Amino acid sequence: MQKLDSKIPDGPLAEKWKNYKAGLRLVSPANKKKIEIIVVGTGLAGSAAASSLGELGYKVKVFCFQDSPRRAHSVAAQGGINAAKNYRNDNDSVYRLFHDMIKGGDYRAREANVYRAAEVSNDVIDHFTALGVPFARDYGGTLDTRSFGGVQVSRTFYARGQTGQQCLLGTYSSLNRQIAKGTVKMYPRRDMLDIVVINGKARGIITRNLLTGQLERHSAHAVVLATGGYGTVFYLSTLGLGSNATAAWSAFKKGALFANPSFIQIHPTSIPVLNDYQCKLTLMSESLRNDGRVWVPKKKGDKRHPTEIPEEERDYYLERRYPAFGNLVPRDVASRAAKERCDAGYGAGDSGLSVYLDFKDAIGKQGEDKIRDKYGNLFEMYEKITGINPYRQPMRIYPAGHYTMGGLWVDYNLMTTIPGLFAIGESNFSDHGANRLGASSLMQCCGDGYFILPNTLSDYLADDIRTGKIPVDEKAFEEAEENVSERIKQIMSVEGKQTISSFHKRLGKIMWDHCGMKRDSEGLKKGLELLDQLEEEFWADIRIPGSEGELNQELEKALKVADFFEVGRLMCEDALQREESCGAHFREEHQTETGEAKRDDKNFAYVGAWEYRGKGEKPGLHKEELKFEYVELKERSYK
Amino acid sequence: MKKKATTLPSLSQKYIMAVAGIFLMLFLIFHLATNLLMLAGDGGKQFGNVVNFLTENPAVKIMEYILFAGFLLHIILGVILQVHNYRARPVRYHSRLQTETSQFSRYMIHTGVIILVFLVIHLMNFFFIRLGWVAVPDHAESRHDFFSMAVVLFQNPWYSLVYIVSFVFLGFHLKHAFQSAFQSLGLNHTKYTPAIKVIGTIYALAISIGFSLIPLYFLFIF
Amino acid sequence: MDFKLKIWRQKNAREKGGFRTYPINDVSPEMSFLEMLDYLNKQIIESGGEPVTFEHDCREGICGSCGLFINGRPHGPMRRTTTCELHMREFTDGDTIVIEPWRSKAFPIIKDLVVDRSSFERIMHAGGFISVDTGSAPESNSLPVSKNNSDKAFDAAACIGCGACVAACKNSSAMLFAAAKIAQYALVTQGKAEAKERVDKMVRQMDAEGFGYCSNTYGCEFDCPKGISIDFIALMNREFFSSKVCRQIPGRYTRKV
Repeated sequence: MQKLDSKIPDGPLAEKWKNYKAGLRLVSPANKKKIEIIVVGTGLAGSAAASSLGELGYKVKVFCFQDSPRRAHSVAAQGGINAAKNYRNDNDSVYRLFHDMIKGGDYRAREANVYRAAEVSNDVIDHFTALGVPFARDYGGTLDTRSFGGVQVSRTFYARGQTGQQCLLGTYSSLNRQIAKGTVKMYPRRDMLDIVVINGKARGIITRNLLTGQLERHSAHAVVLATGGYGTVFYLSTLGLGSNATAAWSAFKKGALFANPSFIQIHPTSIPVLNDYQCKLTLMSESLRNDGRVWVPKKKGDKRHPTEIPEEERDYYLERRYPAFGNLVPRDVASRAAKERCDAGYGAGDSGLSVYLDFKDAIGKQGEDKIRDKYGNLFEMYEKITGINPYRQPMRIYPAGHYTMGGLWVDYNLMTTIPGLFAIGESNFSDHGANRLGASSLMQCCGDGYFILPNTLSDYLADDIRTGKIPVDEKAFEEAEENVSERIKQIMSVEGKQTISSFHKRLGKIMWDHCGMKRDSEGLKKGLELLDQLEEEFWADIRIPGSEGELNQELEKALKVADFFEVGRLMCEDALQREESCGAHFREEHQTETGEAKRDDKNFAYVGAWEYRGKGEKPGLHKEELKFEYVELKERSYK
Repeated sequence: MKKKATTLPSLSQKYIMAVAGIFLMLFLIFHLATNLLMLAGDGGKQFGNVVNFLTENPAVKIMEYILFAGFLLHIILGVILQVHNYRARPVRYHSRLQTETSQFSRYMIHTGVIILVFLVIHLMNFFFIRLGWVAVPDHAESRHDFFSMAVVLFQNPWYSLVYIVSFVFLGFHLKHAFQSAFQSLGLNHTKYTPAIKVIGTIYALAISIGFSLIPLYFLFIF
Repeated sequence: MDFKLKIWRQKNAREKGGFRTYPINDVSPEMSFLEMLDYLNKQIIESGGEPVTFEHDCREGICGSCGLFINGRPHGPMRRTTTCELHMREFTDGDTIVIEPWRSKAFPIIKDLVVDRSSFERIMHAGGFISVDTGSAPESNSLPVSKNNSDKAFDAAACIGCGACVAACKNSSAMLFAAAKIAQYALVTQGKAEAKERVDKMVRQMDAEGFGYCSNTYGCEFDCPKGISIDFIALMNREFFSSKVCRQIPGRYTRKV
């Protein structure tokens, strides 16, 4: 069993990155021109990495499955981006941001990585401002901030409720500049289906051109995955419908370890399911909890219209249970609390699967205009989807699968266990532990892409200046392409009756019921069984119309869903082995008397990194012990 | 696939169109003011004086060429733009476009063509006579005697009807044109743009009504 | 609810397309328009046909992928709404709904309702950025931007690049799209240094892509799902004028950065 070396540098926490960076090797400008890098994914992390690598002078090839990099799902992030600027004079600092993230992640993240993410956060804001990202400003012309769940300072920079969009358009613009300069070549409408490993190093990828169906080989000296999370395993999630695990999964199958797959964040404030054909849950930004108050009726099964329920018959359960943080408790806590109320029969709406988020008091205090200014577009969105005006009556919300803290295991250099294969942004596991704090994902993605990866990647590439162009007619490319083409043929050859989406929906239900907000050993085992059954049915009864040599959306879906069975199994395995509750991972067997998560630091303060051992084989677990030198492990209390 | 533009930038063309349009709108005010003198009830005396002054003044002569150029520029560019715009959508929609647009803005080329047809008739009836391109009618004293020419023409109800209808279309054209010119020139203002829109409507109404008064006067009062 | 859907079907860019009519029954008013199409596709696939291809991703009105021309309007009958946010409760039971792709020379059809919007990309490549390298940014608050300008820049930057402006324009003009980006950068202090080059390059690229010209019908503003104002087109016109005229005055170009 290989030993996991996280390559965390020695020295005091605050000096680690600075000193480590100073020791990293460089590639001379003349050599950079000869070195090719593949970046897969054009969300915040991918386009930030591609553009900064392009600026450095590398030859970069970027891939995305959409028609434009601007459509990557980072675009949908709403609330904001954190940075330790301390602009509000509320005693914020890099250390405090670091501490909040470690605590928010329920002590399951690496100290050094998190500190570094907090450290570069300020540079990210500066860079975005220089790129013309229209963050909210105060009348004096300086940047405004707001507070966010899980913290007691106001450090979240925002652009109304579209911060993700504005940041993505920022990274997109820097990417465009490099495309125009010719340092970056863009390959849109490509699905990455496999990674090519030559002599143990990642040297290229196999993509499918979604318009022609053609399989393409692309070689490079290093491959960067910025392919996001696998939250669509739940079918109903806040992710884009195209989001998938395929790229990361192909890396897993080629030997990259996959860490903490069961750490998947359920976001507390999404619009509940409204109809049977729904395939997507729309998020309402967590920032709404700044001013909205969450409640359910005090009486079980109270079906009165929310505006008819008097104040004294409302249970503001978050304020009741967590007086210190109130409605601003972290996401995992808020989600579970909502589920607890609904499961106990206090839920709102016909299905009883929702809670109220009420702005009556905020509107009363601050006025409707102020609220419109802060959340106008979110309220509009809510009204469009539900037909209900949230200025007049409370919103209904319910938790939904949102963000995957788990992902490809990476070391301090953001490199996976395959040399030359890097993973950044949501696709890696490194910074959020068992639960992510709001507005930290944008921060991490951009930090990884703009300020961290370019340094560590250059260090890796310093060995490659004499390698020369990697030929695509190598045997490894041939084999990889063969495999992909085989898999496509296999999928196309099933001539069943059911659509891919119907399988995906059933798969999502299994995952939600057995490996969702609350898990227990029995349920997880049952889930594993059901997954096997469903997968078998999938391979016998799917129907893909059309051919492989054209734009075929059903085939695209099939390739994604086929991987999700395996992802789902790994999630269940991981959830099973982690006999504790931490962050988003809540095992029914491990809770306090008041129903809070019970962590087991003695036995489980490690990163669970899984190794692929072949089809049908049980994956192998590697443990990376987490050492906490600067933070004291405490029960995470928001009371 | 890098494509290169070969023609004058679209925005330059827009500017030229707007500047020519504004120039023509100013001319219309002047033209209307002169024409309304026909209603003075003095048998066209004052009107004749002005016409004489204008035909003899060399500066006006120069203006006339500029005016011609303005017309030509506006018309030719209008047609070129229309052709370009038509070709920008080689396959049309099956459904009729339901998008709400600025009033009359979709029909600028249609109203423009109607005005062009009228303009040709109008030039043949007056301006070309003065230039000596078209023979002077019998009832006119000289090729400068526009008043007599107008009297005869407008007392023909059909001609008057064509005239009035043309000016109604001109009104439609101007209703959009006025504020559109400001938009094209980038003269846009949170506070004043609504005012410009109102002024544009007033202007369009004034021009169509003002010009239409003349045939009505000759038909019913003169 | 029951509907009759008249949908444009086209196998690929080369083959000729045409309308096909599909009856669809038992549609829930809570379904989004795209969910209704998913439902139709499920039925088509199960009965052995080829599903209708359309683009979509985020399904919450922000990625700009979806875009259908529904009953004569881009993104359908609701204002300030993308196709994915449109819900079936906006239609009347028994309606015939005509669904077409965006039509423009600069947006060639790829398949069914999917068009190629890479012309937008090329406009962005021409100048849709502020030239600043990673690492060279000054402290954020060292360059104040007035709240008014910053808010307006945001309004412009809200563009999702869906192409509804082109689809709604009788001339298939992309002025609103280009203007939104040009205006965003013209309004913030950081973007002013290269404002003049930007407008020149982007306008030229837009022309080269074969979009029509603006005739100020303002249809784009009416149907823009993000409500982007034609004021930004005026601003672009102004920027363009100053790039052509003011920029040519020696010494004047370096002012008010």
